Amino acid sequence: MSKSDSQYYENPVLNFLRKEVLPTPFCPGCGNGIIANAFIRAVMELGYKDFNNFVFVSGIGCGAWIVSPHFKADSVHVAHGRAIPVAIGIKLAKPHLKVVVISGDGDLANIGGNHLIHAARRNIDMTVILVNNMNFGMTGGQTSSMTPYGLTTITAPFGNPEHPFDISELVYSAGAVFVARWTTFHVHQLKNSIKKALNTQGFAFIEVISQCPTELGRRIGMEKPSEMIQWFIKNSIPIERAKNMPPEELEGKFIIGEYPTKARPSFLKSLEVIKKKAKELLYQIAVD
Amino acid sequence: MPFKYLRNGYVKPGVYFEQGDIVLAEAALMAGARFFAGYPITPASEIMEHMAYRLPMLDGIFIQMEDEIGAIAAVIGASWAGMKAMTATSGPGFSLMQEMIGYAHMTETPCVIVDMQRAGPSTGQATLPGQGDVQQARWGTHGDHSAIALAPFSVKEVFDMTIRAFNLSEEFRSPVFIMGDEILGHLRERVEIPSIDDIKIVKRKKPKKEDEIFFGGPETEIPPMPIVGEGYNALVTGSTHDEKGYRKVYDVNIHYRLVSHLVNKIEKNKDKIIDYEIIHTDNPEVLIISYGSMARTIPDTIRLAKNEGIQIIGLRLKTIWPFPDDIVRKLSDDVEYILVVEMNMGQIVRDVKAAVAEPNRVFSMHRLSAGLFTPYEILTEVKKIVKK
Repeated sequence: MSKSDSQYYENPVLNFLRKEVLPTPFCPGCGNGIIANAFIRAVMELGYKDFNNFVFVSGIGCGAWIVSPHFKADSVHVAHGRAIPVAIGIKLAKPHLKVVVISGDGDLANIGGNHLIHAARRNIDMTVILVNNMNFGMTGGQTSSMTPYGLTTITAPFGNPEHPFDISELVYSAGAVFVARWTTFHVHQLKNSIKKALNTQGFAFIEVISQCPTELGRRIGMEKPSEMIQWFIKNSIPIERAKNMPPEELEGKFIIGEYPTKARPSFLKSLEVIKKKAKELLYQIAVD
Repeated sequence: MPFKYLRNGYVKPGVYFEQGDIVLAEAALMAGARFFAGYPITPASEIMEHMAYRLPMLDGIFIQMEDEIGAIAAVIGASWAGMKAMTATSGPGFSLMQEMIGYAHMTETPCVIVDMQRAGPSTGQATLPGQGDVQQARWGTHGDHSAIALAPFSVKEVFDMTIRAFNLSEEFRSPVFIMGDEILGHLRERVEIPSIDDIKIVKRKKPKKEDEIFFGGPETEIPPMPIVGEGYNALVTGSTHDEKGYRKVYDVNIHYRLVSHLVNKIEKNKDKIIDYEIIHTDNPEVLIISYGSMARTIPDTIRLAKNEGIQIIGLRLKTIWPFPDDIVRKLSDDVEYILVVEMNMGQIVRDVKAAVAEPNRVFSMHRLSAGLFTPYEILTEVKKIVKK
């Protein structure tokens, strides 16, 4: 083993990755590595030695490839937009597992948007991490439902005429009990929010604003990853401060932080009540 | 007569007079189904309603999803977590499910999908019967694959075929379709429910320590399924994958090998899957082929014809897919004419024509949402064909 090899294998994060599939296929400067790192470090800090208690589900797109095939875990890589309903099936069938969806903005907010808000409404016990790179990266940089207004993309060559979702606000309103938004610059805050999300009983949602220098950055004058990160830093406003700012001042800003947590019975908790009632009824009506 | 339940949660064995949809739900429970995800649609809603009532009694999971795409997706997730899972729908919902049905084919996920067919296309006639989705069950999702589809014709057969559908889905690691229709879903009929101890259940093959093939593999062999949460580090993907599950999106040989497996594990095992019923007649001149509720008037047609000196042999397809071309060819060799009776504009007649020698001997008799033909109507058509 050469010196560089030994350094490579010393990184404890690698214990959670399938080494045989490295390096990742992600573009230089992609934010996916930062998010994978934050997630694995959060899991390690919670005391897990491996992913044996976890199942990951992802859809289609660059964000979905963070887990499949890189995480040394059970990972179910499904059709475009369908990660959340598949994850619901897994969670309800095996409630003791931690079920985590990591996927992109196109996957979770465009084609899978309906599943996302309904899962939040039901307060299904799972963690969803939405990697918001503000475009369809894998297919070549088309506009997504999270592309900022006016921004240039390959399908918005004269500027995006549509307004983006405030997806964290939407998921929070729909019923999620834990919601946080960070950028790839806020790695430690992101890691801490992931720890909280994984210990949440109910629907936990984290939006991570991430840089895509290849497909988005180069079309908006930010070819270098660092330029995109600078853009995030300059425009990030903590959620507490944003509360007291007028909407026009928040235009084009990234509101970061954790939303206040809520106390609502989770879907699994509610199911237990229903099963108890049904079994009592069976006991009453059963014949010999 | 409504079902009586035992303390173990199952229907008390005995004779009942019940609706097809409800019998289907009870059969699924006896087959071991403990997960149902659905979305309301006529004429399949009764299955979901009954599951919502019954599954929690048996410690099972019922969830009403936001659409049929979510329903089949949740079913697939539950199957990967080790449960026997099902959904039930009708044409419009079946169309929405096609995307994830393809995923189930590609990832070799056992699950049962009921299509209580109504009259289409589109919204069509929600409360009227049809058999317009039978080709969709075979070809509805994109890309090459094969499919298993059963067509019950009585409430009793709804019970038996539902058990069989779960067993076939586990044995062949494949989605299995129960292609009923509105008539069958809403029909109340005599049905005898057996004891749970008398029901034969096929168990899912789980990997052993030394196993390395979880997907694809030799053409007719079914690989074991690595359930999530059991330490296999399962890699499941709808992209082309190798035998361990690693995504291989450029290797054309791996793609060919995988898709060949998806087709051949069913086509080359079709003798184990195909089931049919023949009404024999000596020296027949006409073969009538039908399936599902449309076959209910064929026995009387054959009797009536006999009285008028016309000998008919009846073939009822209990499995539509894989298509039983061997038996169709064999029976057609003994007759002069073949008549295919269906509740669509002529869908299975295409496969019959492809199977027989001299396909110009094949005639199609069809109607849409107007329900069954009477025996007299079919006999009149037969007379026209044989010109007697």
